[in-house]
Amino acid sequence: MTHALELKALRKNFGKTEIIRGVDLAVEAGERIAIIGPNGAGKSTLFNLISGRLAPSSGEVLLNGQRIDGKKPFEINRLGLSRSFQITNIFPKLSVFENLRCGVLWSLGYRYSFLRFLSNLDDANARTEELIHQVGLDRKRDVHAVNLTYAEQRALEIGVTIAGGASVILLDEPTAGMSKTETSHFIALIKQVTVGKTLLTVEHDMGVVFGLADKIAVVVYGEVIAFDTPAAVRANARVQEAYLGSSVADAQGGGH
Amino acid sequence: MTNTQYYRFKPLNLGRFFIWSLFAIVLIVAPMVFKTSLALTMLSQMGYLIIICLSYNILLGQGGMLSFGHAVYVGLGSFIAIHAMNFASKGVLPIPLVLIPVVGGLAGMFFAIILGFVTTKKSGTTFAMITLGIGELVASMALMFPGFFGGEGGITTDRVYGKPFFGITFGPQIQVYYLIAVYCFVCTALMYAFTGTPLGRILNAVRDNPERVEFIGYNTQRVRYFAFIIAGFFAGVGGGLAAINFEIVNAADSLNAMRSGSYLLFTFLGGAIFFFGPIIGAVLLVFAAVLLSELSKAWQLYFGLVFVFMVMFAPGGIASLVMMNLRVAKFGKFKQFWPLYGGLLVAAIPVVIGAAALIEMIYHIQLNSALGPNLPFMGVSLDTSGFGSWCGAVVVMLAGLAVLEVVRRRFVRAWGTAQEQIEAEIKRRELA
Amino acid sequence: MNVEFFVISLLNGVSYGLLLFMLSSGLTLIFSMMGVLNFAHTSFYMLGAYVAYTLSGIIGFWPALFIAPLLVGALGAGFERYSLRRVHKFGHVPELLVTFGLSFLILEVVQLVWGRSTVPYGLPTQLQGPLFTIYGTQFPKSRSFIMLVALLMLLSVWLLLTRTRIGLVIQAALKHPEMVEALGHNVPRVFMLVFGGGAALAGLAGVVGGNTYVTEPAMAASVGSIIFVVVVVGGLGSLAGAFLASLLIGIVQTFAVAMDQSMASGLQALGVAVNEGTFGYPLLKLTISQVAPILPYLFLVLILIFRPKGLLGTRED
Repeated sequence: MTHALELKALRKNFGKTEIIRGVDLAVEAGERIAIIGPNGAGKSTLFNLISGRLAPSSGEVLLNGQRIDGKKPFEINRLGLSRSFQITNIFPKLSVFENLRCGVLWSLGYRYSFLRFLSNLDDANARTEELIHQVGLDRKRDVHAVNLTYAEQRALEIGVTIAGGASVILLDEPTAGMSKTETSHFIALIKQVTVGKTLLTVEHDMGVVFGLADKIAVVVYGEVIAFDTPAAVRANARVQEAYLGSSVADAQGGGH
Repeated sequence: MTNTQYYRFKPLNLGRFFIWSLFAIVLIVAPMVFKTSLALTMLSQMGYLIIICLSYNILLGQGGMLSFGHAVYVGLGSFIAIHAMNFASKGVLPIPLVLIPVVGGLAGMFFAIILGFVTTKKSGTTFAMITLGIGELVASMALMFPGFFGGEGGITTDRVYGKPFFGITFGPQIQVYYLIAVYCFVCTALMYAFTGTPLGRILNAVRDNPERVEFIGYNTQRVRYFAFIIAGFFAGVGGGLAAINFEIVNAADSLNAMRSGSYLLFTFLGGAIFFFGPIIGAVLLVFAAVLLSELSKAWQLYFGLVFVFMVMFAPGGIASLVMMNLRVAKFGKFKQFWPLYGGLLVAAIPVVIGAAALIEMIYHIQLNSALGPNLPFMGVSLDTSGFGSWCGAVVVMLAGLAVLEVVRRRFVRAWGTAQEQIEAEIKRRELA
Repeated sequence: MNVEFFVISLLNGVSYGLLLFMLSSGLTLIFSMMGVLNFAHTSFYMLGAYVAYTLSGIIGFWPALFIAPLLVGALGAGFERYSLRRVHKFGHVPELLVTFGLSFLILEVVQLVWGRSTVPYGLPTQLQGPLFTIYGTQFPKSRSFIMLVALLMLLSVWLLLTRTRIGLVIQAALKHPEMVEALGHNVPRVFMLVFGGGAALAGLAGVVGGNTYVTEPAMAASVGSIIFVVVVVGGLGSLAGAFLASLLIGIVQTFAVAMDQSMASGLQALGVAVNEGTFGYPLLKLTISQVAPILPYLFLVLILIFRPKGLLGTRED
């Protein structure tokens, strides 16, 4: 059976430093995976390798059975994989509505068209309306993205990521910098918008991880040392030793 | 089918019909109001420079691409157009004069397709350097191919050829003006329409965040390449109209970095972040080139100063200043600024006069000393050899600066308060 | 093409290339540090020549050699402090534009103060005449002096950057200005020093170049675009690359200007008949010397197609 996303013996070196040292991972369609690990473990690098921002030094990345390693980001996106960024990466001088609409254009086939008006693209506009409701930014549709609050910008970021209807979504620390209430609101949002999709998120907040994920992958020093259900990972001695420290995990996990 | 409200790109929702009609009326009526032949020359030049500056802003303001070589596409458009005119008058190619600008546009597009491929491979500063290099390359090549570029004398033509177009020969300048006006209106409309297309919007996204665009499925380089070609087309149209207007094209004038630089400067001055900014810029360009150089030998110095201050204090250009004030007016807070603006103006006048007097006197000593120490300045005769004129100029300038500073502080305080009130009002409306 | 021509052209090319390097090194430093491509850089070059011309008249060439660059550097630092710094927050395009405006202003002021024609900025007696005579042609002392100054300058800049504390701070601020600032260094002041330093280097080039070559208002523009080519061909941000590219372009330009062969003459030497009717004749009959002005730009385009990072570039835009 073809996995939605598969990493085979993935390696990445920067000069002489090995950042990713042979990662094997297989994610089934519809699964929600949380990727955790200490800072500097290589989680963002993994995302960059998968989404095409970086090319692997060796190894393979497969999306629905098709090799995507070495492809350009836009090629990978067109094949059905989309990602968000840890540092908010939206279009600051465009309004919220425009931001989202840009995200839907390619997937609806409008490509480099300059012979049609955006205002006449009913399907694009309808889809954008739908999105703007989903991320809860309908009141801010004409506000320039740079003028939104931080949490609103993160919500917009997610919106742009899912706009194209990709089947595999990568979210890089989506709740970074948010307060507790914002975080729980955001998790509900993520759950809602990724129904039926394959989701990988990098997260530090253990509460989020245990509440959201079907499986957890623990990355330490560029290797996946555990990939299992939350309960199993919590009990895994190696993981506890490398990362969690049980009392902290219990305290955070108990909150959800 | 729900009645959804679609996004309008313009921040102020004035009747679109009203604005475009106004534009058309101004184009039609202008030569009737300003009847001198100098005015007609200037209006004609403004007409096609509007097209050129707008095409430049497709790259700069809409795409975030700083090009130092736009004159290449304008110039090559001019050259192809003028050769086409010569072929047409010899009967080799039956192209009516009214279609010559389109020929220029196609030429501009052609060269943009060829040169643009290499140019748009990179972005940012490297892109700017490539455009500079290619601009210089083409400009230097001009001397090597005198057959095409006409060497030092350029290529000349006669725009009156073939059968008249519905009785119009395009000999008199007024007829050329209306030809230019029609093209100006059509091209402006087309370029405005472009901003509302998928490619136009993605181009804006590329300007804002080129990396992110790749992650929503678009090839950023391709987007830039297509925009470059479209800008090249309109640049060529402008060039073609210039060729018709002057009936001569000279490589030394029309291809070089100076020319590209002037498009850049004035588009920026007019305002690159709003669609109508380059229109203002083009009008200023013609005023500066034609009138300012007559008024004073120091005009380039004034211009440099204005430009540097503009970049430092109003990087959005004149258009942004206009829009900021319109925004204040929209929220009903403009009344208090009438006296403040008036005060700024009154205070600025002696500063400008004093500084200008000093600059003019210095220039006079340098350039016209053979004419003696007296210099006519705004109806008064200044004596560069005497102490009085210098002293007077300095005093006037300093007095003006003092008053200006007082008014400026008051203005800044009032402006800040108004902005705060506007922000609060916006928040209130959002929550309502 | 004989040995005499080759050696003399090589020497001339190297001295011209080193002059180009003096200019492009300052530009590269400023670009590496601040991401600003300083359009006014060659204007500082011009200013250096003119200031040295005036100072030479008052205190002699040798003191002017030290004082003129300092004055130009002070001007550059002042510009950074009061104008450029304000514009940083608007992005790279306004930064470029404000230096563009400055170049305009400097040109106007120079023309205002010194007039629009060439000024007689002459060589001091110690630098007149030939250094040596080779194959019957003289190699002037002035050109060798340029080479000497350029090499000394390169050495001192390298030593400053790699062996002194301020040099380390500069190198660090090159990559991570915010972090360096967080460590307590006055990074804005460092920026000002680098900009002023770059301007001073350009001014120094002007002091020695102005009397060897010509000192006139057009000197900034004539060398301006070539410097940008050098910097891009060498690789934006790489000093070694700028060195290599300067020499390359300097030598090629010097050789090309003197060569009168064309493709047509080459073909004729091979026995192929070429006349007016041959296809592409206008292209074939171009001599190398006619093509010489565009050679740097051709280089630029070729490099950008085949090796966009430049010869030794590390910084991707």
